[in-house]
Amino acid sequence: MAITSSHKSKLIYTVLAWTISGLIFFPILWTLLTSFKTEAEAISASPSLFMFDWTLENYRDVLERSPYFTHFWNSVVISIGSSLLGLLIAIPAAWSMAFVQTKRTKNLLMWMLSTKMLPPVGVLIPIYLLFRDFGLLDTKLGLVIVMTLINLPIMVWMLYTYFREIPSEILEASRMDGATIIEEVFHVLLPIALPGIASTLLLNVILAWNEAFWTLILTAANAAPLTAFIASYSSPEGLFYAKLSAASAMAIVPILILGWFSQKQLVRGLSFGAVK
Amino acid sequence: MATTQSRTLAKFMLMPSVLLLLGWMIVPLCMTLYFSFLDYNLLIPGEHEFIGFLNYEFFITDPAFTESFFNTLLLVGGVLTITICGGIGLAILLDQAIWGRNYVRIMVLAPFFVMPTVSALVWKNMLMNPVNGLFAHFSSWLGMNPIDFFAQVPLLSIIIIVSWQWLPFAALILLTAIQSLDREQLEAADLDGAGPFSKFFYIVLPHLSRAVTAVILIETIFLLSIFAEILVTTSGGPGYASTNITYLIYTQSLLQFDVGGGSAGGIVAVIIANIVAIFLMRLIGKNLEG
Repeated sequence: MAITSSHKSKLIYTVLAWTISGLIFFPILWTLLTSFKTEAEAISASPSLFMFDWTLENYRDVLERSPYFTHFWNSVVISIGSSLLGLLIAIPAAWSMAFVQTKRTKNLLMWMLSTKMLPPVGVLIPIYLLFRDFGLLDTKLGLVIVMTLINLPIMVWMLYTYFREIPSEILEASRMDGATIIEEVFHVLLPIALPGIASTLLLNVILAWNEAFWTLILTAANAAPLTAFIASYSSPEGLFYAKLSAASAMAIVPILILGWFSQKQLVRGLSFGAVK
Repeated sequence: MATTQSRTLAKFMLMPSVLLLLGWMIVPLCMTLYFSFLDYNLLIPGEHEFIGFLNYEFFITDPAFTESFFNTLLLVGGVLTITICGGIGLAILLDQAIWGRNYVRIMVLAPFFVMPTVSALVWKNMLMNPVNGLFAHFSSWLGMNPIDFFAQVPLLSIIIIVSWQWLPFAALILLTAIQSLDREQLEAADLDGAGPFSKFFYIVLPHLSRAVTAVILIETIFLLSIFAEILVTTSGGPGYASTNITYLIYTQSLLQFDVGGGSAGGIVAVIIANIVAIFLMRLIGKNLEG
């Protein structure tokens, strides 16, 4: 009796969960499917879910008729470049806050969090003018700098929460053995902290890949990453649903896959360590 | 434990982050403040006269400001309400014993990783378009008139799109929090004859308060600055019906080249964000200490 009733509730919950998650996932599924349709089928009034003539024509068109690879490469350079540069700056800071705590550490962390709350429009004009004067408008270097700075607080916080979990006894033991601080960092701390550092890198690549304020404002044809390239489909090419879908699919699939690997880290990183 | 040497080194290692963030915040912010008192338009060369608070006066008394201020509140409030209520529901559902939970999780999480310009364009064209969109097809099958989302309910349409993007995040954080709930507590409540509702309100919800606070904080930071979704769907229209403060300042500074007015708007946005931040930091301070 008890077994069948628990089976029944499991079945009900399963159906409910699959229905709701299917609805949430549907726009993405629909985009992926539409990317394989012809333009005529894409706007058909009686659209078919799977029964249509699958074609790769849209992908070929997007790759041939637009500088897709340039924008893809821009996205790669900007997201990975800014994440690596950010790590280089954030690791020492997080290390020092996690292992040499002072009275000010907590305030400093809160202050870093508060810089995330500065609305970008508050610094929009000066950044735009400075970029113009220094010739950084529409350059990858300029965007790498901006992405590094806006994600730096998240990186420091995330690394800080990882470093805090490393027992300081290990560091003390290595110190007893006469290791210098440099040796301590490179031979003891970094190997233990590597998983945390890797997750920080992953999450920041995702955040920088999808950032869509500065990338839209500070770039034109040359340095535009995929966010800005897709925005150019807003009109009138947006009416070509199948091509829009193909371009979109190519922009989101790499990051969807990375994202699924980083679920846990996402929680920790974006909640500033409040939820683990 | 820490020697003087390591303390000095620690300060040295903190320096780059602190200096960079200070530079990123203070220098441009001071420049914005300075510009906000000037009569400065990029299209009009020559001297930039000091005009006191005139830019602020123009910005705040502009009916567009009032409208976009309330739009910002509606947008942030609407998305927060939808994502937190929906997120709690989803988290509880995904916490149950179900078949294929990992696949369900993957599907629920996916929208969060879709870049804002893609999600906005997919919703705008393929789902909400009044002629060729899927919703229009649905309503004509049902014999109803299709809704022209971005003409009739522009702000609501943007709220729907943004909620779709942020629901996964809320659900994921709340699910993580629910999974750390002490099962024995729920079993004890069962033995005492507590119903599902009292279990939810007296055990689950209080346990989630910390995670809910975190979700509110993080989402608010991002939601106050929604930009791409508006740019590629409505461009703030019709009129100012879907313009938020971020978008208003963008049009003023980079489309009308009014550096002075845009800067005054930027400072106003910073002040609004600060007021919100003070509330949030108090809330977080309370919840994160524990």
